[in-house]
Amino acid sequence: MSAHGATPNRIERFAVSPRRRRSDKLARALVLTGTIIALIPLVLVIYYLLHEGLKAWSPHFFTTDPTGNTFFKNSDIGGIRSAMLGTIEMVALASLIAVPIGIGVAVWLVEYGKGHWFAQLVRFFVDVLTGVPSIVFGLFIYIVLIIGTGSTFAGYKGALALSLLMLPVITRSAEVVLLLVPNALRESALALGAERWKVIFRIVLPTAVSGLVTGVLLAIARAAGETAPLLFTSGATNKTSSNLGEFMNSLPVQIYNDVISPTQSVVNRAWGAALTLVVLILILNLVARLVSRRSRLA
Amino acid sequence: MTPDASPHITAGASPPAADIKAEKMLQPSQPQQPAPPPDTTASAPPSAASIVKQGPQVRLQALRAFYGSAEQVKGVDLEFPANKVTAIIGPSGCGKSTMVRCINRMHEEIPGARAEGKVLLDDIDLYDSSVDVIAVRRAIGMVFQKPNPFPTMSIYDNVASGLRLSGIGRGELRGKVESALRSAGLWEEVADRLSEPGMGLSGGQQQRLCIARSLAVDPEVLLMDEPCSALDPIATLKIEELIATLKQRVTIVIVTHNMQQAARVADRTAFMLSGEMVEVGPTQEIFTTPNDPRTEEYVTGKFG
Repeated sequence: MSAHGATPNRIERFAVSPRRRRSDKLARALVLTGTIIALIPLVLVIYYLLHEGLKAWSPHFFTTDPTGNTFFKNSDIGGIRSAMLGTIEMVALASLIAVPIGIGVAVWLVEYGKGHWFAQLVRFFVDVLTGVPSIVFGLFIYIVLIIGTGSTFAGYKGALALSLLMLPVITRSAEVVLLLVPNALRESALALGAERWKVIFRIVLPTAVSGLVTGVLLAIARAAGETAPLLFTSGATNKTSSNLGEFMNSLPVQIYNDVISPTQSVVNRAWGAALTLVVLILILNLVARLVSRRSRLA
Repeated sequence: MTPDASPHITAGASPPAADIKAEKMLQPSQPQQPAPPPDTTASAPPSAASIVKQGPQVRLQALRAFYGSAEQVKGVDLEFPANKVTAIIGPSGCGKSTMVRCINRMHEEIPGARAEGKVLLDDIDLYDSSVDVIAVRRAIGMVFQKPNPFPTMSIYDNVASGLRLSGIGRGELRGKVESALRSAGLWEEVADRLSEPGMGLSGGQQQRLCIARSLAVDPEVLLMDEPCSALDPIATLKIEELIATLKQRVTIVIVTHNMQQAARVADRTAFMLSGEMVEVGPTQEIFTTPNDPRTEEYVTGKFG
């Protein structure tokens, strides 16, 4: 081999082979097709939600309760106020219960329980809970708080069922995020003479806040969209209530009841309610992002 | 400064041989006498902007450190004289960092880790059951290998963090932050952007920010665990100059892999091998006329 000769095929030695060029193109095309196929249902869902949901939206839609008067063509079926407020109230209460407990469990697992057998046990049960179908949580609350106490449906019982559903989701995601916080930060805070709880509250949690918020939002979004745990815990009702001890309407249950109606305007209301649910979660998401902007971890 | 060590050169400007011998006999086995060692090196001239303060003396007595059942530090007796820089050298995994982490009781933060023996800060045994680790760590600051400013905090908040975390000095926070930044030689570079994130600084500036953070709580001893290993030569030089100034107010222990660095900054140097203290003495002695053949092999680059 003459290393220095300016042979005409010198550059060809480094040329991409036609075969590799072909397989590269094919692979790129396959990946792109996959992405487009995955996007189709997403786009369709958003399209139908907007197309059908916006038909139902009006100021009247948001400010009145459902009337239950759905059998006659021209009767006023009312809006979704009670469902919207019911969902907000119950999800807020559920978050109030599940967020501190879920993050607390994660903090214990990461900061104190490392390598402890009890931590392994907790982790195992959290995983099991994540896989439990949502209707089982509803059933559990139904048996314990409704059959067990011989009382009726109530908003707080629905919220409890939702919080059970949220708890493992929050714990799991929070644990992952807390593990991402570099140990060097804990060490340097400890070396400055800070107590462990201060290290957790001032350094670890603020560093992880954005990831924690993401986990909490996922849990809230899931809880807000659940019908099954609410069907026989908070029930369904028409009137708006601010008393969590009473029957309480919610968007998913409202949708569930409306969508099986033979009356077209009622089915439209289901679409409107579905769009409302999506928009509510979107707003929550944006607000939470703004609040947690200062954190550096994803 | 000590030239690159050559085993055949006898030390030029060394104190009488008897002194060296007496000092070197202090380790590694029998308990040490509390008497401070003779000052064999001239300390740096006082610098204008620095605070001069009497730091404490730190003594390790039969210190052993374990990870589970593995003994990483195997009974070390060592003395860190007040207001001096003592460098710990030795190959990777010889227990330098572990030993230093025992001084501010950070070693026990690792699950399964424990320490035995005594660490005396002047006359107080830091491992006494009545001693609060939090108080120990406030008195003994630590700078880590990689610069690690708190990512959620501004430059100002980073320096103030130690004071805030320990709930002291609420009143004159701003003054303390400025003086810590001045002591760390960072004030001129960051004075006009104190509210910017600490992570926005260069690596060397971040490390000086971490030093300022440690200094803000006014420690008596500063432990530095390879503080320059992640920095470029210019940043390293700045930290080394800083160390020379800081020893006027604190007692400094520096772990380093870089023997030139030990030669440049340290008044005394200790050589560790496999968890044991092989030799300790004035830096120049260790690099030019070590007593132990293993020290000689290490400082001349035959291993490690």
